[in-house]
Amino acid sequence: MIEFHDVCKRYATGQEALNKVSFSVEEREIVFLTGHSGAGKSTLMKLIMLMEKPTSGEVMIAGRNLGRLGSSHVPYHRRQVGAVFQNHQLLFDRSVFENVALPLQICGIHHRDVARRVRAALDKVGLLSKENALPISLSGGEQQRVGIARAVVNKPPVLLADEPTGNLDPELSAEIMELFRQFSEVGVTVMIASHDIELIKRMNRRVLTLEGGQLTHDGAMW
Amino acid sequence: MSKKTQRVKVSPKNTPKEPVNQRGAVQSQTPFGQKFKSWRQHHRISATNSLLRLLGMPLQTIMTSLVVAIALALPTTLFIAINNVQSLGDNWDASPKISVYLHTRAREAAIEGFQKELVNRADVKSVEYISPKEALVSFQAMAGFGNALDLLEQNPLPPTLVVTPATQAATPAGLAALGESMAKNALVESVDMDMDWVRRLREIMVLGKKIVTILASLLGLGVLLALGNSIRLAIESRRDEIIIVKLVGGTNGFVRRPFLYTGAWYGFFGGALAVLLVELGHQSLAESVASLAAAYQSSFALAGLSLFDNLSLLAASTFLGLFSAWLAVGKHLNEIEPT
Repeated sequence: MIEFHDVCKRYATGQEALNKVSFSVEEREIVFLTGHSGAGKSTLMKLIMLMEKPTSGEVMIAGRNLGRLGSSHVPYHRRQVGAVFQNHQLLFDRSVFENVALPLQICGIHHRDVARRVRAALDKVGLLSKENALPISLSGGEQQRVGIARAVVNKPPVLLADEPTGNLDPELSAEIMELFRQFSEVGVTVMIASHDIELIKRMNRRVLTLEGGQLTHDGAMW
Repeated sequence: MSKKTQRVKVSPKNTPKEPVNQRGAVQSQTPFGQKFKSWRQHHRISATNSLLRLLGMPLQTIMTSLVVAIALALPTTLFIAINNVQSLGDNWDASPKISVYLHTRAREAAIEGFQKELVNRADVKSVEYISPKEALVSFQAMAGFGNALDLLEQNPLPPTLVVTPATQAATPAGLAALGESMAKNALVESVDMDMDWVRRLREIMVLGKKIVTILASLLGLGVLLALGNSIRLAIESRRDEIIIVKLVGGTNGFVRRPFLYTGAWYGFFGGALAVLLVELGHQSLAESVASLAAAYQSSFALAGLSLFDNLSLLAASTFLGLFSAWLAVGKHLNEIEPT
């Protein structure tokens, strides 16, 4: 589902963010991406989101070579990749419901279906009672969960999560991880960037470790 | 992993797997009819939301619309003025007079015969004879000419016949024919159609219309820049939103749409205000013009804009707003990309 072939990324500043990174993630798989900050985790995710293009090498998502996608196809690609951002990226002048509804409206889903699917997604993350609240009135953890609901509401085949449990207590973190596990069971490929070693250990899944832009570890952690 | 892997629709509620064609970007998972419906739905939402946003900040909306309105009302008013002057000129066309200057040595009897001959013509309504003496008297009555004429040894003014053509002959072709046939008479020195001022007025009107067109173009350009700036500010204030919409897969069209509607609304409000301003100007002048015309025994009335003119102005203004938003959005939206 996600394939990297000798991917290098050098920024205009000369900083080498990724160096010859190759790996492949199968459908329904959950992988963790670890590494110190600046190791290239964010760059790797930006390449999948087509927020950046690789300097060399190929990124394939669902068999499509992203390097060959014209700029007009970028939005359609992004609809296939649900993303949970570290800084949430919520619209603070819109209600929780409207935030989660955004990807569906963009895809042109009829508003009756929008309401049904938004409520289903909010129910999944346990925020159904807050659908009319403004994100600013929510805690960090709740905002994070709104972000997760928005990422999955459109049923994307790939889900990226950048530090999704950064603001959550262990109990909530475990719940979120359980959610991700459920998504993977219904066919979603999940990639989670995280520092939370304890959590990664508990999940006992495949781990990709980046160090200075190079992939130094690929496999189960212990 | 095989490139033939089937992509799968996933829902938290265990939706059954559904193979989807893998070639190229997947643009649609919904039927076209549904797509079109939701496209219309987004248009409706964009139009309503942009309108609500504008109404939510009334002061800025009024100011911007007023800029548009003044820029449109000014050339429109000038255009109306020119059209009115032109119709005034056209009205006077109907009763032109032809001055027929005779040879200074023409005898009185011959002149009288010629005058009778003219009056009997079908295309002549009346003929007035002005003798050189009468002409001299009226000239001397004009300030400044008296002394100058005293210096001359003899009266230089020719005997003149002022011919008023019959109404049916008062066409450019009819007048020309009449003038030509009178010029053939041996008594006639020259024929002055007295139409030159109408022709000059027409030329001035053509020039005036050109000037108004240039002025309107310049003001239209001003509207483009002013509205472009308002749209740029609107884009800037919604920067975060644009980034998020692009991140979750919003196309450029989706992002552009609300701003295009904002521009169109500004244009529409500006146009409506312009119609109002022009109508107010027309109302405030119409009465004075009517009483002035009455003093000249004329039924001339100041013409304003017809319903069609008003609708055209409104449509043009809305289009101008849309166009300026399109330009501004094209320039600024590409600069906003998620990083």
